[in-house]
Amino acid sequence: MTEPLDENCADESTRDADRPCLDLLTGLAEGPLRGDRPAGMRVSVRDRTRAAVYVGTGTCGLGAGAGKTLDVAKKYVSEHGLEADVVEVGCIGFCSMEPLVDVELPGRTRVSFGCVTADKAVEVLEAAFAGEMKGESALLQFRPEDDARAGWEGVPFIDEHPFFEHQKRLVLENCGVIDPQRIDEYIARGGYRAFAEALRGMAPEEICDVVTRSGLRGRGGGGFPTGKKWSFALETGEATKYLICNADEGDPGAFMDRAVIEGDPHRLLEGLAIAAYAIGATKAYIYIRAEYPLAIARLERALGDARSSGLIGHDILGSGFDLEIAIKKGAGAFVCGEETALIASIEGRRGMPKPRPPYPTEKGLFGKPTVINNVETLANVPVVLRDGAERFASIGTETSKGTKVFAVSGKVTRTGLVEVPMGTTIGEIVEGIGGGVENGRALKAVQIGGPSGGCIPAEHMGIQVDYDSLKSVGAMMGSGGLVVMDDRTCMVDLAKFFMAFIQRESCGKCIPCREGTRRMYEILERITRGRRGETAADALERFQGVIYLKRLAESIRDTSLCGLGQTAPNPVLSTLRWFRDEYEEHVYERKCRAGVCAELLTFTIDPEKCRGCTLCAKKCPAGAIVGAAKSPHHIIAEKCVGCGTCADVCRFDAVVVS
Amino acid sequence: MSAGLGGRAMKATLGEILESYGTGRQELIPLLQDVQEHYGYLSREVIAGVGEHLGVPPSKVYGVATFYNQFRFKPAGRFHIQVCRGTACHVRGSKKILDAVVNALGVEPGDTTRDGLFSLEVVSCIGACGLAPVVVIDGEFHAKVTPDSVAGIIESYKERAASDD
Repeated sequence: MTEPLDENCADESTRDADRPCLDLLTGLAEGPLRGDRPAGMRVSVRDRTRAAVYVGTGTCGLGAGAGKTLDVAKKYVSEHGLEADVVEVGCIGFCSMEPLVDVELPGRTRVSFGCVTADKAVEVLEAAFAGEMKGESALLQFRPEDDARAGWEGVPFIDEHPFFEHQKRLVLENCGVIDPQRIDEYIARGGYRAFAEALRGMAPEEICDVVTRSGLRGRGGGGFPTGKKWSFALETGEATKYLICNADEGDPGAFMDRAVIEGDPHRLLEGLAIAAYAIGATKAYIYIRAEYPLAIARLERALGDARSSGLIGHDILGSGFDLEIAIKKGAGAFVCGEETALIASIEGRRGMPKPRPPYPTEKGLFGKPTVINNVETLANVPVVLRDGAERFASIGTETSKGTKVFAVSGKVTRTGLVEVPMGTTIGEIVEGIGGGVENGRALKAVQIGGPSGGCIPAEHMGIQVDYDSLKSVGAMMGSGGLVVMDDRTCMVDLAKFFMAFIQRESCGKCIPCREGTRRMYEILERITRGRRGETAADALERFQGVIYLKRLAESIRDTSLCGLGQTAPNPVLSTLRWFRDEYEEHVYERKCRAGVCAELLTFTIDPEKCRGCTLCAKKCPAGAIVGAAKSPHHIIAEKCVGCGTCADVCRFDAVVVS
Repeated sequence: MSAGLGGRAMKATLGEILESYGTGRQELIPLLQDVQEHYGYLSREVIAGVGEHLGVPPSKVYGVATFYNQFRFKPAGRFHIQVCRGTACHVRGSKKILDAVVNALGVEPGDTTRDGLFSLEVVSCIGACGLAPVVVIDGEFHAKVTPDSVAGIIESYKERAASDD
């Protein structure tokens, strides 16, 4: 799909991939190729006098059934002989409304519909193409770029919708809006301009300086100033250097990197190219999880297009700068998100971390200076160069600049990717953007930063999201996973879940992490285990364990080799700090107030409420529920396995969990 | 595996795959991934072959392969089931989903059913947290799964297998 890039903009032009034209991008974006359109109107290379149907086909969209919706849309357009393009776009980030379908009619604004599964698609398309909206079927409409496009009455604009109202989309600006598989679409929206201008007029030192002044810090969790990291590598003066993009998004609960790569892959490539030029690297790697097949496919496609357009490869845009980018698939190891482990993995070894120093910026991949940046960090770079350091630094707080993308999930009404300026409070994200806890239940806590992060209890929702404030409450930014929990989430169980994860993913190199996390997991297991068959010795161990839990956590934090081990006890430490009473209830009263720790629960049926519908008896896997139809049922305690199925299925709230 | 026509045919294709790679140590993981994609798992022969090609002892190849979660040493089932156990899925009850899958198949994670139809794997996070809890079967996503819907989903794949045969 790169035909427009191979077009020669003037008769005398001889441009091809081997002999790129320096003014190619300017020509493409401003004319003469696009000269017929005034500046500010270039939002798409698509013929906008035609209608278009956009279907969000990111991984989450496809998971919700966008593939079938896409088929229906294509069939609808061809059957009705409509003059319309059907375009696949990435994910706009509104996961709970997937599959999302947008319709853009000539002369009208682009309007979005949510939850358009295949069975509803025809109805939605009919309404949209007829130009009439029925009730509340439309989700929102985009702001028109000129007055010539008429809005839809009664449909909120994107910046009025509660999910988008408080967001500031820099990294995600193109996600879900443009066709990620077309490089010309990205260029039409000003893409690769920052890179071209950097190549033409900026020395590597200047770029490092701009990025340092912008205050951009690593978005992968550490928060190290990006410009500074680049300067270290630049100043080593070695001839061979490497740049690695860390797209091994292993934190459970974070998926922003996947969304950026699926929805706007060229943004990452542009950021990567700028970074490589700034540090003087001619070879870059993108280390991406094998669990993201769609993202890998989109990235490969984008890389091929960029290469054939002369934007990656030899003598880019006639500047003399060479860059080769290789995609490396991760093989499923959480620890490979750690810099030195990632390097070991690319070198074809077991992904085990090494002590630092020497830092990778001195001695990294194959012993050469290496800079490792996360996807979101690199996706910010074109914005920094385009808008300038000052403008970028004007967003955010004193120590944390710019925006941060959070993956909001869990028990929240509106789930999805949310990009907010640094300094926004957690409460604003959860209540305002996320719409609060689903089903009107009470908010208990927010888990932020994945297995290295911590929990923030409901009373601290006023805390700002920036690198330092989060640390003050025992959490951390991490890569930006934000899982909302209601009163039916058990904090001890959550800590156990994370310890099980860490214990499984520990590489086994250093003892504190390998053995310590295992012991912590065992202690938590003991706390949540039932009394049945428990001996006096077991009970004693349970009490002892809790006493050691905190001390053990602190030793692991202080003595582990790498970041994974040092932060591994965080989920336990933070839940102990904020939810100590819940731990004590588990230990002393043998009670789980959230009703999660199955072995600590007893289930009984309230005969007043039970209507005898027999549903629970049918669903009970242990056959522990007896009773005749239309008369109250009874649970045989000796047979009950505590799975909680009866409580889940009961429509009359008759199962009492205690 | 070592004798017979199948063995030879396999050797030939393994050779072809190996030829398309260089001999540096950094080729090891991409090569193993490629080979696994081709055969569905890493057999002893394959590990030895890869080691020979790269000049790396089989013990080291095995060491690398066992470190990473992606590599399997037993053939996968015809349908590969991945149950996501990420944080968002956990909070939304993926433990019960996993139990329901284990119950329905009668195998533990990491194993394949006797009829060779299903293999079960637990993954840390599939990155579709907005749709939690998620079960992925051969790349097809099943979103917002409930313990009740598990049996139906598995049944639909059994039917598919039956109609293919």
